[in-house]
Amino acid sequence: MKLIKLACLMMAFLLSSYSFADTLMTFSSELNQTRFQSLAKELRCPKCQNQDLADSQAGIAKDLRIQIHEMIEQGKTDQEIVDYMVARYGDFVLYRPKYSAATSILWVGPAAFLIIGLVVFAGVVYRNKKRRAGKAL
Amino acid sequence: MRKLLVFLPFIVFIGLGSVLYKQLGTNPEYMPSALIGKPVPDFKLVSLQTDTVQDQTSLPKQAYLLNFWATWCPTCEMEHAYLRTLAKQGIPIVGIDYKDDKHKAQQWLATRGNPYQWVLTDELGKFGVDMGVTGAPETFVVNSKGIIVYRYQGALDDRVWQEMKGYLK
Repeated sequence: MKLIKLACLMMAFLLSSYSFADTLMTFSSELNQTRFQSLAKELRCPKCQNQDLADSQAGIAKDLRIQIHEMIEQGKTDQEIVDYMVARYGDFVLYRPKYSAATSILWVGPAAFLIIGLVVFAGVVYRNKKRRAGKAL
Repeated sequence: MRKLLVFLPFIVFIGLGSVLYKQLGTNPEYMPSALIGKPVPDFKLVSLQTDTVQDQTSLPKQAYLLNFWATWCPTCEMEHAYLRTLAKQGIPIVGIDYKDDKHKAQQWLATRGNPYQWVLTDELGKFGVDMGVTGAPETFVVNSKGIIVYRYQGALDDRVWQEMKGYLK
Protein backbone atom coordinates (compact mmCIF):
# COMPACT_ATOMS: atom_id res chain seq x y z
CA MET A 1 0.00 0.00 0.00
CA LYS A 2 2.75 2.38 0.96
CA LEU A 3 4.59 1.45 -2.17
CA ILE A 4 1.60 2.31 -4.34
CA LYS A 5 1.23 5.64 -2.60
CA LEU A 6 4.88 6.37 -3.20
CA ALA A 7 4.59 5.37 -6.82
CA CYS A 8 1.56 7.64 -7.24
CA LEU A 9 3.45 10.51 -5.67
CA MET A 10 6.41 9.98 -7.95
CA MET A 11 4.14 9.87 -10.98
CA ALA A 12 2.51 13.09 -9.87
CA PHE A 13 5.92 14.75 -9.58
CA LEU A 14 6.93 13.50 -12.97
CA LEU A 15 3.79 14.84 -14.60
CA SER A 16 3.91 18.14 -12.77
CA SER A 17 7.46 18.86 -13.85
CA TYR A 18 6.57 18.34 -17.50
CA SER A 19 3.61 20.68 -17.41
CA PHE A 20 5.25 23.13 -15.06
CA ALA A 21 5.79 25.94 -17.54
CA ASP A 22 2.20 25.92 -18.70
CA THR A 23 0.45 25.42 -15.40
CA LEU A 24 1.87 28.77 -14.33
CA MET A 25 0.04 30.39 -17.17
CA THR A 26 -3.49 31.46 -16.54
CA PHE A 27 -5.59 32.89 -19.31
CA SER A 28 -8.42 35.35 -18.91
CA SER A 29 -10.46 33.52 -21.51
CA GLU A 30 -10.56 30.27 -23.39
CA LEU A 31 -10.08 32.14 -26.64
CA ASN A 32 -6.79 33.53 -25.34
CA GLN A 33 -5.61 30.06 -24.45
CA THR A 34 -6.49 28.76 -27.91
CA ARG A 35 -4.67 31.71 -29.47
CA PHE A 36 -1.64 30.99 -27.30
CA GLN A 37 -1.57 27.36 -28.34
CA SER A 38 -1.91 28.10 -32.03
CA LEU A 39 0.74 30.84 -31.93
CA ALA A 40 3.16 28.58 -30.09
CA LYS A 41 2.65 25.99 -32.83
CA GLU A 42 2.96 28.55 -35.60
CA LEU A 43 6.32 29.94 -34.45
CA ARG A 44 9.61 28.09 -34.64
CA CYS A 45 11.98 27.91 -31.71
CA PRO A 46 14.92 30.06 -32.90
CA LYS A 47 17.49 27.85 -31.18
CA CYS A 48 16.18 24.57 -32.54
CA GLN A 49 16.48 22.92 -35.92
CA ASN A 50 12.86 22.11 -36.46
CA GLN A 51 10.72 22.45 -33.39
CA ASP A 52 7.89 24.83 -32.70
CA LEU A 53 7.79 26.94 -29.57
CA ALA A 54 5.11 24.74 -28.02
CA ASP A 55 7.24 21.66 -28.38
CA SER A 56 10.67 22.87 -27.33
CA GLN A 57 12.33 22.55 -23.95
CA ALA A 58 15.03 25.11 -24.85
CA GLY A 59 15.34 28.01 -22.44
CA ILE A 60 14.68 30.57 -25.12
CA ALA A 61 11.52 28.77 -26.23
CA LYS A 62 10.20 28.96 -22.68
CA ASP A 63 11.00 32.68 -22.51
CA LEU A 64 9.24 33.31 -25.78
CA ARG A 65 6.19 31.32 -24.64
CA ILE A 66 6.02 33.56 -21.60
CA GLN A 67 6.37 36.59 -23.85
CA ILE A 68 3.51 35.41 -26.09
CA HIS A 69 1.34 34.77 -23.06
CA GLU A 70 2.04 38.27 -21.73
CA MET A 71 1.30 39.91 -25.06
CA ILE A 72 -1.96 38.00 -25.50
CA GLU A 73 -3.13 39.02 -22.05
CA GLN A 74 -2.16 42.61 -22.84
CA GLY A 75 -4.61 42.47 -25.72
CA LYS A 76 -2.08 42.39 -28.56
CA THR A 77 -3.34 40.90 -31.82
CA ASP A 78 -1.84 37.74 -33.32
CA GLN A 79 -0.31 39.83 -36.12
CA GLU A 80 1.36 42.15 -33.62
CA ILE A 81 2.84 39.19 -31.77
CA VAL A 82 4.11 37.59 -34.98
CA ASP A 83 5.61 40.94 -36.08
CA TYR A 84 7.29 41.28 -32.69
CA MET A 85 8.95 37.89 -33.09
CA VAL A 86 9.98 38.49 -36.70
CA ALA A 87 11.51 41.88 -35.79
CA ARG A 88 13.80 40.10 -33.32
CA TYR A 89 14.40 36.67 -34.79
CA GLY A 90 13.76 37.19 -38.49
CA ASP A 91 11.60 35.24 -40.93
CA PHE A 92 13.24 32.08 -39.60
CA VAL A 93 10.67 31.89 -36.80
CA LEU A 94 7.78 31.61 -39.23
CA TYR A 95 6.72 28.15 -40.29
CA ARG A 96 4.79 29.78 -43.11
CA PRO A 97 7.30 32.27 -44.50
CA LYS A 98 6.07 35.56 -45.91
CA TYR A 99 6.18 35.95 -49.67
CA SER A 100 9.23 37.97 -50.67
CA ALA A 101 11.97 37.92 -53.30
CA ALA A 102 14.08 35.65 -51.09
CA THR A 103 11.28 33.18 -50.35
CA SER A 104 9.60 33.28 -53.76
CA ILE A 105 11.31 30.05 -54.86
CA LEU A 106 9.69 28.26 -51.89
CA TRP A 107 6.26 29.41 -52.92
CA VAL A 108 6.51 29.35 -56.70
CA GLY A 109 9.14 26.61 -57.09
CA PRO A 110 6.97 23.50 -56.62
CA ALA A 111 4.24 24.77 -58.96
CA ALA A 112 6.81 25.88 -61.53
CA PHE A 113 8.55 22.51 -61.49
CA LEU A 114 5.20 20.74 -61.79
CA ILE A 115 4.30 22.84 -64.83
CA ILE A 116 7.71 22.24 -66.43
CA GLY A 117 7.28 18.51 -65.80
CA LEU A 118 3.80 18.49 -67.31
CA VAL A 119 4.96 20.41 -70.38
CA VAL A 120 7.86 18.01 -70.94
CA PHE A 121 5.59 15.01 -70.40
CA ALA A 122 2.98 16.36 -72.80
CA GLY A 123 5.72 17.08 -75.32
CA VAL A 124 7.10 13.54 -75.13
CA VAL A 125 3.64 11.98 -75.41
CA TYR A 126 2.79 14.20 -78.34
CA ARG A 127 6.02 13.40 -80.16
CA ASN A 128 5.65 9.65 -79.66
CA LYS A 129 2.11 9.80 -80.90
CA LYS A 130 3.20 11.68 -83.97
CA ARG A 131 6.01 9.23 -84.62
CA ARG A 132 3.72 6.23 -84.31
CA ALA A 133 1.17 7.84 -86.55
CA GLY A 134 3.98 8.40 -89.09
CA LYS A 135 5.04 4.73 -88.87
CA ALA A 136 1.47 3.49 -89.27
CA LEU A 137 1.15 5.35 -92.52
CA MET B 1 19.96 21.75 -79.59
CA ARG B 2 18.68 18.17 -79.33
CA LYS B 3 21.99 17.02 -77.91
CA LEU B 4 21.83 19.72 -75.28
CA LEU B 5 18.35 18.53 -74.32
CA VAL B 6 19.65 14.99 -73.80
CA PHE B 7 22.29 16.32 -71.43
CA LEU B 8 19.84 18.58 -69.58
CA PRO B 9 19.13 16.15 -66.72
CA PHE B 10 22.87 15.66 -66.26
CA ILE B 11 23.46 19.42 -66.19
CA VAL B 12 20.66 19.87 -63.65
CA PHE B 13 22.15 17.05 -61.57
CA ILE B 14 25.60 18.67 -61.59
CA GLY B 15 24.11 22.06 -60.72
CA LEU B 16 22.00 20.74 -57.86
CA GLY B 17 24.85 18.53 -56.67
CA SER B 18 27.30 21.40 -56.46
CA VAL B 19 24.80 23.62 -54.61
CA LEU B 20 24.11 20.88 -52.07
CA TYR B 21 27.80 20.01 -51.79
CA LYS B 22 28.63 23.61 -50.95
CA GLN B 23 26.12 23.50 -48.09
CA LEU B 24 27.77 20.41 -46.60
CA GLY B 25 29.71 21.22 -43.46
CA THR B 26 28.12 24.64 -43.01
CA ASN B 27 26.58 25.17 -39.61
CA PRO B 28 22.86 24.40 -39.90
CA GLU B 29 22.21 26.35 -36.73
CA TYR B 30 23.54 29.54 -38.27
CA MET B 31 20.80 32.11 -38.40
CA PRO B 32 21.34 35.67 -39.60
CA SER B 33 20.42 38.28 -37.01
CA ALA B 34 17.29 40.28 -37.73
CA LEU B 35 18.90 43.30 -36.06
CA ILE B 36 21.74 43.90 -38.52
CA GLY B 37 21.49 47.49 -39.75
CA LYS B 38 19.35 48.54 -36.81
CA PRO B 39 20.23 50.57 -33.72
CA VAL B 40 20.55 48.90 -30.32
CA PRO B 41 17.01 48.65 -28.92
CA ASP B 42 16.03 50.77 -25.91
CA PHE B 43 16.75 49.30 -22.52
CA LYS B 44 16.85 50.04 -18.85
CA LEU B 45 19.22 47.62 -17.15
CA VAL B 46 20.91 47.60 -13.79
CA SER B 47 24.70 47.83 -13.79
CA LEU B 48 26.41 44.91 -12.10
CA GLN B 49 29.22 47.12 -10.81
CA THR B 50 27.40 50.21 -9.57
CA ASP B 51 23.86 48.90 -9.00
CA THR B 52 22.44 51.86 -10.92
CA VAL B 53 19.92 51.84 -13.77
CA GLN B 54 21.57 52.45 -17.12
CA ASP B 55 20.14 53.18 -20.56
CA GLN B 56 21.35 53.90 -24.10
CA THR B 57 23.37 56.93 -23.01
CA SER B 58 25.79 54.76 -21.01
CA LEU B 59 26.91 52.89 -24.13
CA PRO B 60 30.32 53.76 -25.61
CA LYS B 61 30.38 56.44 -28.29
CA GLN B 62 32.94 54.61 -30.42
CA ALA B 63 32.50 51.17 -31.97
CA TYR B 64 32.28 48.38 -29.40
CA LEU B 65 31.39 44.75 -28.77
CA LEU B 66 28.21 43.77 -26.97
CA ASN B 67 28.76 40.39 -25.36
CA PHE B 68 26.03 38.24 -23.80
CA TRP B 69 27.44 35.92 -21.15
CA ALA B 70 26.43 34.07 -18.00
CA THR B 71 28.04 32.05 -15.25
CA TRP B 72 25.86 29.03 -16.12
CA CYS B 73 27.32 28.94 -19.61
CA PRO B 74 30.39 26.69 -20.08
CA THR B 75 31.23 28.18 -23.48
CA CYS B 76 31.40 31.62 -21.87
CA GLU B 77 34.07 30.26 -19.58
CA MET B 78 36.06 29.13 -22.61
CA GLU B 79 35.61 32.51 -24.24
CA HIS B 80 36.54 34.58 -21.22
CA ALA B 81 40.31 34.46 -21.69
CA TYR B 82 39.96 35.65 -25.27
CA LEU B 83 37.74 38.54 -24.22
CA ARG B 84 40.46 39.60 -21.82
CA THR B 85 43.09 39.64 -24.55
CA LEU B 86 40.74 41.78 -26.66
CA ALA B 87 40.19 44.12 -23.71
CA LYS B 88 43.96 44.42 -23.28
CA GLN B 89 44.19 45.51 -26.90
CA GLY B 90 41.83 48.33 -25.97
CA ILE B 91 38.65 46.97 -27.57
CA PRO B 92 35.66 48.33 -25.65
CA ILE B 93 33.38 45.49 -24.58
CA VAL B 94 29.98 45.89 -22.94
CA GLY B 95 28.87 42.74 -21.15
CA ILE B 96 25.27 41.69 -20.68
CA ASP B 97 24.98 39.25 -17.81
CA TYR B 98 22.20 37.17 -19.31
CA LYS B 99 19.61 35.42 -17.09
CA ASP B 100 22.10 35.04 -14.30
CA ASP B 101 22.58 35.39 -10.59
CA LYS B 102 24.07 38.76 -9.65
CA HIS B 103 26.34 37.46 -6.89
CA LYS B 104 27.69 34.59 -8.95
CA ALA B 105 28.40 37.03 -11.75
CA GLN B 106 30.27 39.42 -9.46
CA GLN B 107 32.32 36.56 -8.11
CA TRP B 108 33.06 35.31 -11.61
CA LEU B 109 34.50 38.70 -12.60
CA ALA B 110 36.43 38.99 -9.35
CA THR B 111 38.16 35.63 -9.82
CA ARG B 112 38.59 35.59 -13.60
CA GLY B 113 39.21 39.26 -14.30
CA ASN B 114 36.87 41.73 -15.91
CA PRO B 115 37.20 42.39 -19.65
CA TYR B 116 34.11 44.61 -19.70
CA GLN B 117 33.78 48.39 -19.63
CA TRP B 118 30.25 47.98 -18.40
CA VAL B 119 28.35 44.93 -17.24
CA LEU B 120 24.58 45.27 -17.32
CA THR B 121 22.35 42.59 -15.84
CA ASP B 122 19.52 41.17 -17.89
CA GLU B 123 18.06 38.94 -15.25
CA LEU B 124 14.85 37.98 -17.04
CA GLY B 125 16.37 37.86 -20.51
CA LYS B 126 14.02 40.56 -21.85
CA PHE B 127 16.81 42.59 -23.40
CA GLY B 128 18.14 39.33 -24.81
CA VAL B 129 14.81 38.78 -26.57
CA ASP B 130 14.89 42.36 -27.89
CA MET B 131 18.32 41.63 -29.33
CA GLY B 132 17.17 38.31 -30.81
CA VAL B 133 19.54 36.34 -28.60
CA THR B 134 18.94 32.58 -28.40
CA GLY B 135 21.54 31.72 -25.78
CA ALA B 136 25.00 32.61 -24.55
CA PRO B 137 27.62 33.51 -25.55
CA GLU B 138 26.57 35.83 -28.32
CA THR B 139 28.53 38.84 -29.46
CA PHE B 140 27.33 41.82 -31.46
CA VAL B 141 29.47 44.46 -33.12
CA VAL B 142 27.99 47.94 -32.77
CA ASN B 143 29.63 50.59 -34.96
CA SER B 144 30.42 54.19 -34.03
CA LYS B 145 26.97 55.31 -35.25
CA GLY B 146 25.34 52.92 -32.78
CA ILE B 147 24.18 50.52 -35.50
CA ILE B 148 24.43 46.73 -35.05
CA VAL B 149 26.57 45.45 -37.90
CA TYR B 150 27.59 41.91 -36.97
CA ARG B 151 26.49 39.08 -34.72
CA TYR B 152 28.30 35.89 -33.76
CA GLN B 153 26.73 33.02 -31.82
CA GLY B 154 29.32 31.03 -29.88
CA ALA B 155 32.72 31.58 -28.33
CA LEU B 156 35.03 34.22 -29.77
CA ASP B 157 38.49 33.10 -30.81
CA ASP B 158 41.23 34.20 -33.20
CA ARG B 159 39.48 32.82 -36.26
CA VAL B 160 36.17 34.52 -35.49
CA TRP B 161 37.90 37.76 -34.56
CA GLN B 162 39.68 37.98 -37.94
CA GLU B 163 36.29 38.36 -39.59
CA MET B 164 34.67 40.35 -36.80
CA LYS B 165 37.28 43.07 -36.41
CA GLY B 166 36.60 44.35 -39.91
CA TYR B 167 33.16 45.46 -38.74
CA LEU B 168 34.43 47.30 -35.70
CA LYS B 169 34.69 50.88 -36.91
